[in-house]
Amino acid sequence: MSPQLARPGLRLLNAIAGPHGIDGYLEQIDPLLVTGECRAEVAAVQRGTEDSVTLTLRPNRAWRGFRAGQFVQVAVEIDGARHQRCYSPASQEGRRRELEITVKRHPEGLVSNFLADRAEPGMVLGLTPAEGDFRLPQPLRASILLIGGGSGITPLMAILRTLFAQGYDGPVALLHYAPDPARAIYRAELERLAAQRPGFRLLRSYTRAPGAGELDGHFGPLHLPQSGPCFAEAETFACGPPPLLDAVRGTWANGLERRLHVESFVPPDLAPVGEPGEGAIRFAASGVEAPNSGASLLEQAENAGIPAAFGCRMGICHTCTRRKLAGTHRNLITGETSSEPDEEIQLCVSTALGDLTLAL
Amino acid sequence: MTATLTPPTSPLDSLTPEQIESFGEEMDAIRRRVLGERGESDAAYIRSVIRVQRGLEIGGRALLWAGVLPPAWLAGTAALSLSKILDNMEIGHNVMHGQYDWMNDPKLSGEQFEWDTACPADQWRHSHNYMHHTHTNIVGKDRDIGYGILRMSEDQPWSPYYLGNPLWAALLATFFQYGVALHDLEVENRPSGDADRAEKRELAKGIWGKVRRQTVRDYVLYPALSGPLFVFPLAGNATANLARNLWAFTIIFCGHFPEGTHEFSEEETGDETRGQWYYRQVLGSANLSGGPLFHILAGNLSFQIEHHLFPDLPANRYAEISVEVQEACERYGVPYNVGPLHSQFGSVVAKILRLALPESPRRLGGIVKKVALGLKP
Repeated sequence: MSPQLARPGLRLLNAIAGPHGIDGYLEQIDPLLVTGECRAEVAAVQRGTEDSVTLTLRPNRAWRGFRAGQFVQVAVEIDGARHQRCYSPASQEGRRRELEITVKRHPEGLVSNFLADRAEPGMVLGLTPAEGDFRLPQPLRASILLIGGGSGITPLMAILRTLFAQGYDGPVALLHYAPDPARAIYRAELERLAAQRPGFRLLRSYTRAPGAGELDGHFGPLHLPQSGPCFAEAETFACGPPPLLDAVRGTWANGLERRLHVESFVPPDLAPVGEPGEGAIRFAASGVEAPNSGASLLEQAENAGIPAAFGCRMGICHTCTRRKLAGTHRNLITGETSSEPDEEIQLCVSTALGDLTLAL
Repeated sequence: MTATLTPPTSPLDSLTPEQIESFGEEMDAIRRRVLGERGESDAAYIRSVIRVQRGLEIGGRALLWAGVLPPAWLAGTAALSLSKILDNMEIGHNVMHGQYDWMNDPKLSGEQFEWDTACPADQWRHSHNYMHHTHTNIVGKDRDIGYGILRMSEDQPWSPYYLGNPLWAALLATFFQYGVALHDLEVENRPSGDADRAEKRELAKGIWGKVRRQTVRDYVLYPALSGPLFVFPLAGNATANLARNLWAFTIIFCGHFPEGTHEFSEEETGDETRGQWYYRQVLGSANLSGGPLFHILAGNLSFQIEHHLFPDLPANRYAEISVEVQEACERYGVPYNVGPLHSQFGSVVAKILRLALPESPRRLGGIVKKVALGLKP
């Protein structure tokens, strides 16, 4: 049934189903049957390198697809609580029922370690619609340069696979940075592609294994000429840890930025944690930013002139509960701190440790 | 008998301030411990209750569709009644307190949950989570004391209107979902200005929208699915709504009105510490004893004391917490009011009847005389 046909029928069904909607009943039969929420089942698990896991996902019908290079938020339930993290699909765009993500372990990472250790076929994950402007422009330029470090290879993999699937035959180069060959994600597939595609140049630098790749050391302007004669003309996509992206931005600083696209993810566990009274509070929905005074977030919203519903002001009634989008907060009653993104918090008894963004 | 001239000592004064603070710290310690333990088992618990409720609802509605057969009608009505009771009590009420917000699941978010009753969830969150739970049993602030229509405390001045107390209570019990729906509107208070009037209009719009959706579903759409046999699901749905109303009223009125619970004045609770707040919650609440199934059907409001101490801890934890709370109350000499349903509800009924009459028999005598003489009482 097409979505257009389904809509009036769906409305009637939801009216009959009542306050929980039909999804409240469908998900009791199978969590993937829900109509209003993207979810995916893990179809296959491949542990490609010692510190990463590649998941093939089968999204449900609510999934609307993605463009190569974009990211999605994947929700995983760990000990009863749902945790959401950004991952860039590595699969080729246009395949509605298939999505591949590769998760690299971070030493402190709750979600990455959970997935690396425990992911198995049949597990159901939450998904959000794809987001982000890091994607191939249309029409394509004559040449393409990709620069990736660590798990930053994943959106570049989606771009490469999509280009080749669409029959692109222009020059493409990939500068791939990894600690050593054993930890280079997608190494075997990249080598195969490089052997099959004459227009594809693969240049690896193994930062902890000098001499093992075509290049050595961290990214620098000297790596560029080896990627091909016309890198300055190329549409360039860079994704990786902040130091790599800083070095890339520095190199593209002289008028070439137009053709440079960068994407950075800092896992929340690694985000810097400040002190109460440091940084700024950003009220995303109101478009207001105010210095963090260290007071409760409810008082700070009020002082910034943002209307915030409240009740007891002592952490009981949850009237002021709002979504924290990013940052670290401390619960003033329990003393607990949390850096979890996308989390509901009680504004009246929470204070920000450093920068914090609220959906208010 | 003469009226006491000295004000009665507040029950809040029976412990020293130090004792109250140390009692409060013990309660905070319980809270921190449970917060630390919350996890997989609590998530599995609420999901299993939801699963049972959805199953009962679908099963009940399917049986009512074939309700022309008496056993199907009876079983369908029973299943739908249980579904509505679980939905309102153990699921809706508790989820909307934010008890499962930590799960970060949009379907169990206190802010987003909507339940199978006439009261719009957002209005409930205000009148219940905030007004009632913050100002528990403070006469003049906690509108759960009599829902604006009953006299449930000696501190509410008597008037002849309250002679109807038992009748108003029976009506409220029968139409409880609408009583709860109108709660936030405070119909007994005249609007105090244009802003207030506009606000009330918004609230009334919200109530009307929800009541309409609920009514169309239970009394039009589902009966229509049975075609000419529409009367069977219609009667089954009405009976299930009534059963839920009576049950919810009974459990909820046993929470704060059995003999021995205290009410407070705005003056004595004006500037409260956290310890005093905890202490007031215990003095103003009463528990019901019973088995595990009874507690689930009561939405664990049978642990009213624990619920008022820790309204946002998962309700399935109240049973284990109650052992610690009761033990602490014994040590501090704080009354811990608990009894079986029949005796607690019996004492609530007695209170409804007793408070229908004024405390001073002379006042009643005067009214009887006036009525006998044909004067306005």
